[in-house]
Amino acid sequence: MTEPGKNTTEVIRSSLARRHRAERRFRAYGITAVSFAVLSVVVLLADIVAKGHGAFQQTYLRLPVTFDGTLLGVTDAADARQVERGDFQALIRAAVQRRLGEPASRAELREQVALVSNGAAYQLMARLRADPGLLGASETLWLAADDDIDTWFKTRGGEEFTGRISERQIGWMNDLAERGDAELRFNRTFFTSGDSREPEQAGIGGAVMGTLLTLVVTLLLSFPLGVAAAIYLEEFAPQNRWTDFIEVNINNLAAVPSIIFGLLGLAVFINFFEVPRSAPVLGGLVLTLMTLPTIIISSRAAIKAVPPSIREAALGVGASKMQMVLGHVLPLAMPGMLTGAIIGMAQALGETAPLLMIGMVAFIVDIPRGFTEPATVLPVQIFLWADSPERAFVEKTSGAIMVLLAFLVVMNGLAVLLRKRLERRW
Amino acid sequence: MKALFRNRICSLGVGAALALTAVQVAAQSRDYVTIVGSSTVYPFATVVAERFGRASGAPTPKVESTGTGGGMKLFCAGVGTTHPDMTGASRQIKKSEFEQCQANGVKDIIEIQIGFDGIVVANSKKAPQLNLSTKDIFLALAKQVPDGNSEKLIPNPYKTWKEVNPALPDDKIEVLGPPPTSGTRDAFAELAMEAGCKSFAWIKAIKDQNEEQFKGICHALREDGHYVEAGENDNLIVQKLVANPKALGVFGFSFLEQNSDKVQGSVVNDVAPTFETIADKSYPVSRPIFLYVKKAHIGVVPNIEGYLAELTSEKAWGDDGYLTDKGMIPMPAPMRKQVAAIVAGQVAMKGDGLK
Repeated sequence: MTEPGKNTTEVIRSSLARRHRAERRFRAYGITAVSFAVLSVVVLLADIVAKGHGAFQQTYLRLPVTFDGTLLGVTDAADARQVERGDFQALIRAAVQRRLGEPASRAELREQVALVSNGAAYQLMARLRADPGLLGASETLWLAADDDIDTWFKTRGGEEFTGRISERQIGWMNDLAERGDAELRFNRTFFTSGDSREPEQAGIGGAVMGTLLTLVVTLLLSFPLGVAAAIYLEEFAPQNRWTDFIEVNINNLAAVPSIIFGLLGLAVFINFFEVPRSAPVLGGLVLTLMTLPTIIISSRAAIKAVPPSIREAALGVGASKMQMVLGHVLPLAMPGMLTGAIIGMAQALGETAPLLMIGMVAFIVDIPRGFTEPATVLPVQIFLWADSPERAFVEKTSGAIMVLLAFLVVMNGLAVLLRKRLERRW
Repeated sequence: MKALFRNRICSLGVGAALALTAVQVAAQSRDYVTIVGSSTVYPFATVVAERFGRASGAPTPKVESTGTGGGMKLFCAGVGTTHPDMTGASRQIKKSEFEQCQANGVKDIIEIQIGFDGIVVANSKKAPQLNLSTKDIFLALAKQVPDGNSEKLIPNPYKTWKEVNPALPDDKIEVLGPPPTSGTRDAFAELAMEAGCKSFAWIKAIKDQNEEQFKGICHALREDGHYVEAGENDNLIVQKLVANPKALGVFGFSFLEQNSDKVQGSVVNDVAPTFETIADKSYPVSRPIFLYVKKAHIGVVPNIEGYLAELTSEKAWGDDGYLTDKGMIPMPAPMRKQVAAIVAGQVAMKGDGLK
């Protein structure tokens, strides 16, 4: 092997520098790959946060509102029907005029009214309903501003949004801001309300509720089924062609594009079983199909990781096979199974494609309160907002992405924690 | 841990029960209106749904954006609470779809034209506004164009706008637009491309002899990178236009309206896209939008009449209505009156003269 005239040490020494260089290069490739990945994540997150942080705040205007009975057309505030028909927009018109002065023209009047969100009227209605004694009284209220005004107010001083807002409106807003009658406040609506076509009234409350309902169904169905299948296949099933066939199929199913499960759900659950479209129970069923293979595979791996000595010991002291599995293997495999289930759930949480086919990609205002009421989920909400023309939805989209990411981080963190805490090493 | 497992068996039971209830619920009636259909109609149908829900206290109608074709398929699948009550369309119902509906028992359909939608060719406000003719648009974007004055087609050789029309700037042709699955793309091809195409007399003559060939020439967009399919998301196109002032984008008027601080619509055939020009049809690239209602569901599913009354009220689709605020172009008042009468009388469409 050695070249003539050189001993082994010399050969090694001469190649040493080259080999060190090669190793340094190799490491550099690795570091480059990692830094590229980290950089992409940082850029993505920075972009989302930069665009989305505004979603958690909303511009509010302080206006002196008088619950004028004649203006409202309400004589008795305790009468629900009268209040329902009351012209609360007129109260807002009057309040804005009192604050900004009599408008000179119809156009100016419209611009004045356009400062305030058209949801404010419903806010006043709710107040009067809650307290009929307010009729005739005056109070100073913080009312949400319209989305265009809100976008302008947030971009003020920087790259200003002036698209749908007039010079006059900017003047009024500057005046209000100077006197402390316009300010940014925490946007509770974003967390409590359902979808809306008015960005300042839109929230993720409905989508979060729909997600929860859907995931509950998914978990209740896929975890027991997945674990049962894994136990049977690992501990009881004979090794033959059939079980091989099943194993191949489970592995294949785990890699099937999720939209296929949506199509399956459409054909089987909607068309055959007539499960209502857009319902969380339907979404849960479809997502169960999707997460089941993941849970079976991870559960089988967890069961396999339990050392055979434990099984043998259990059987040796006279336990039946079922007692051995339920009393010894399952408790030891449980952390691994739970981790698999959580990761499967996290995957289901971020899914939109299968839901597209079963009507969960829909505009739903009312917050779902049951498993059969129409609902949508967080990623779908993001998808819908990203497609909306209103400018203010850009920040809502990124805001909702931040919430979704937070959910994912919590779930994956929980999986890591469980593994760390409960996992036993042999 | 044993107890834990027993719980699990319990949850299995709960899961199965859940699945069963789901199946049973389907047989029950539905108390909310369901609407499917075009993504162009979606923004308008949703606003009306939300306002109607709030004002009446009834459950807010559910609106799905499925595309015009997909919506028709769902709509025409049958009568019954599992099927949608209405579908939005950015074009009139096709003859084949109407027949499909009839075959599936959806006999009486009420056709409601709700207004117009314009398609704009826009660029960044940092660049000068362009003045295009439909002929320019055709020559810049068609896959094949006539070779000079001869009656021969060649693959589109134009690289810059100046080559198409000397009056236009010397910039590379780069147009971002929707993919073939989009209704906006269909309408753009039909209204802008075809109009430009027809400016060549010999191509126009083909239409009478061979409709297919004519469409093949006029509707095909170039695939050599000058027309970029930017996906269905119009917001993305607007962002890209801001980043690249030399590019043009094709999208719906409502997006131009919402982003008028960033982008401007090009003048087409000497008419700028505005509310007024689209409403009086002088702007060439505009189309009517429709809502189709299943008459058999009225009275069975509650709140359909209420929704339609809200839609056809002046405060919604009128000249100053809230739909115009979302970018819909209203119909002239006499036409609104006519359509409102159809809705009030629940007059089903005849289906004659459909294409």
